[in-house]
Amino acid sequence: MKAVRITAVVLASLIVMLSLVGSLLPQFDYCLQDRQNFSAQPSPQHWLGTDALGRDRLARLLHGTRVSLLLAPAAAALSMVLAFLFGAVPGFAGGAGERIAKVLIDLMLSIPWLFLLLMVRALLPLNTSPVVSATITFAMLGLLGWGVPARVMLARARALREAEFVLSARAVGISRARLLSVHVAPNLLPVVAAQFWIAVPVFILAEANLSLLGLGVSEPMPSLGSLLAEMEGLLTVRGDFGCFAAPLVLLLMVGSLQVVAYDWEVS
Amino acid sequence: MVRRFVFCCLLLMSLTGAAMSLDELRFYLRSEPKTFNPALVADDSSETVRYLTGGVLVRLNRQTQQPEPELAVSWKLSNGGRTITFQLRQGVRFSDGTPFTARDVKYTMDALVDPAVHSPTADSFRSQQGTPRIVILASDRITITFPAAVAGLDKLFDQVAIVSASSPKREMAALGPFYVAEYKPGSYVYLRRNPNYWKRGESGRQLPYLDAVRLEIQANRDIEVLKFTRNEIHLINAMDADYFDKLSRSSPGKVRDAGPGMDTEQMWFNQVPSAPIAAYKLDWFRSRNFRQAVSAAISRDDLCRVVFAGHATAARGPVSPANKFWFNANLPPARHDTQIALQLLSKDGFRLKDGRLTDRSGHPVEFSIVTNAGNRSRERMATMIQADLRSIGITVNVVTLDFPSLLERIGETFNYEAALLGMTNVELDPNAVMNVWLSSGDEHQWNPRQKTPASPWEAEIDRLMRTQAASLDEKARKQSFDRVQEIVATELPFIYLVNKNTLLGVSPVLQGVVPVATRPQAYWNVERLRFSKEMAGDAK
Repeated sequence: MKAVRITAVVLASLIVMLSLVGSLLPQFDYCLQDRQNFSAQPSPQHWLGTDALGRDRLARLLHGTRVSLLLAPAAAALSMVLAFLFGAVPGFAGGAGERIAKVLIDLMLSIPWLFLLLMVRALLPLNTSPVVSATITFAMLGLLGWGVPARVMLARARALREAEFVLSARAVGISRARLLSVHVAPNLLPVVAAQFWIAVPVFILAEANLSLLGLGVSEPMPSLGSLLAEMEGLLTVRGDFGCFAAPLVLLLMVGSLQVVAYDWEVS
Repeated sequence: MVRRFVFCCLLLMSLTGAAMSLDELRFYLRSEPKTFNPALVADDSSETVRYLTGGVLVRLNRQTQQPEPELAVSWKLSNGGRTITFQLRQGVRFSDGTPFTARDVKYTMDALVDPAVHSPTADSFRSQQGTPRIVILASDRITITFPAAVAGLDKLFDQVAIVSASSPKREMAALGPFYVAEYKPGSYVYLRRNPNYWKRGESGRQLPYLDAVRLEIQANRDIEVLKFTRNEIHLINAMDADYFDKLSRSSPGKVRDAGPGMDTEQMWFNQVPSAPIAAYKLDWFRSRNFRQAVSAAISRDDLCRVVFAGHATAARGPVSPANKFWFNANLPPARHDTQIALQLLSKDGFRLKDGRLTDRSGHPVEFSIVTNAGNRSRERMATMIQADLRSIGITVNVVTLDFPSLLERIGETFNYEAALLGMTNVELDPNAVMNVWLSSGDEHQWNPRQKTPASPWEAEIDRLMRTQAASLDEKARKQSFDRVQEIVATELPFIYLVNKNTLLGVSPVLQGVVPVATRPQAYWNVERLRFSKEMAGDAK
């Protein structure tokens, strides 16, 4: 198990490092269109070939991975903050606040998020740069994705509320705020961390879903999702090995993160 | 027991064998047909069923693009183009045996023009208020008088499938080569050969040659192409360039490129005065120099070569060269030249500095192009245009929207700057697109529903379109519409980009397929299609 964990950490670190360093190199221009050399197979010039517009697939993969790996954790962090506020805090407080929070979480989970995202996306101003559009896409995912972690945190916080050490602390007169920040929050940290590591790949895949609908990160900026969208047609990807690099990276990344998340949960 | 089992097996085998020996053409409908009533047809799938089952008075030959007699052996226009008199074919029967007479024509036309029916087919006949007067002169002769002259009147009857006035089966009794024998919603429509079809082949044999047509309902293009490669279906009526390119490499004998199709792909700038966009941007979009500069900066040849794998033609104007009569061949091809683009921009005070273009007030030139999400070729075109315009210092933001949101922006709120979409042209006659060219039209996308024309050239287009619509002289009409095309090519309210080719998948076992640009591209002569006897075992 330890070997799997180490492999996962090494793999994830390697992908992060490569995407961060590689995407900064000038030769990896993700939007340069080599129109004489489109849909090309891997070659010494283009290691993973070129896409339908003649853009270097490796450059787009490095940039796309960086975009997804920077923004997905940020969105997951936003989700965790919201989940803590709407899950852990009312769960620990109990009473009417907890009941209201439960209703709110149920409401959040019952919203068809894809349609909500489509609606929000349609309402956005049109002249947003690709960077801003990518940030908005992930921010929306973060704002809408706190339902599940909030429910888990609420349950854990409620259990902690009844824990002996909390009851003892309350008996000696420690304030609720101090109880939450000093005694309960550290105990919630493993749950938050596990939920965070689960949310990261979920958001990467959610952005991939949006990209498949053409509503993800806008052109010419790549993301793992928009690279996956190239594989939409079974026939069009037949024999085109370069396009399998993006799902492979996503698989390795998500797999590694899941191993890390599992490890957090267990610990 | 064993004997019974063997008998059942033999019976099943013989039945299967009989079914296999049927000459059954199979292809896919991409959506559920909304209606089998020919008067109410508005969607592609219903149109397919109507084409295969409907008998019409006049059929537009898709190859020559000329009207030919069908159920009417002859017709005559009179009264300044208001009246048309048909001499009907005698001895014709509907698929259920009911005889065809002038009463059926009157019944069909009465239903068609009835305002309560809301027939989309009838729209083409409505040149002025009022209903047509239909008089039966004899059982095989009928005259129809319209309130005003209708240009290209005879060709419009290509869309009017005659319905029986007396058959208990009503619209399900067909005069076309096939009739609807079975329909399983969500699954298939099964058409059988009309035993009473009037048309005969060269050898005197009754048409159609095929016994049946099975139209499976399948929206997924991937599945359609896979089934086609496995010989489970025989036709793909319109194929994306991506699929065509792949198939042409793996099975070159199964694909056909019929050349430029009727449809156009174009972009345009929002010129609506009340649009919620900055006034200085509206000034750019209203400038002819700006629009011409953008057009000159776009490499249409690259769009054709890269996005459509060479299966498209750089567009010259609003009419595709596939429309043989109405295409203005004198229009010059659009030139890709960034120097010309920059010269045009400099005339309006635009300056290129450090790779960025600014207007005379110092505003950086940046705008967004909206297009429909999920349409890969349009997304790619927009991305290429983004790169082309970057070379003259213009920043373009590509925005893909779901279709309802896009339509709301371009048709209701006008909250957009530029749009990239296509136009599906079903009819050849320019009267079918009056709504696009008249400044008061709803589809006059760059500035719709104008009370008075916003510019002199729009007023001129209005005048020319009305002139050609009122004239029955085809030469004069062509002259007027040629001039409209010239104005559009100069003023560029729509920047026409490409005409996509008509790309088809045709099984080698199917004989008689003559691909054309007009719908239905692959099976317009369905009654003459047949299976090759030598290759029959492969795919039937």
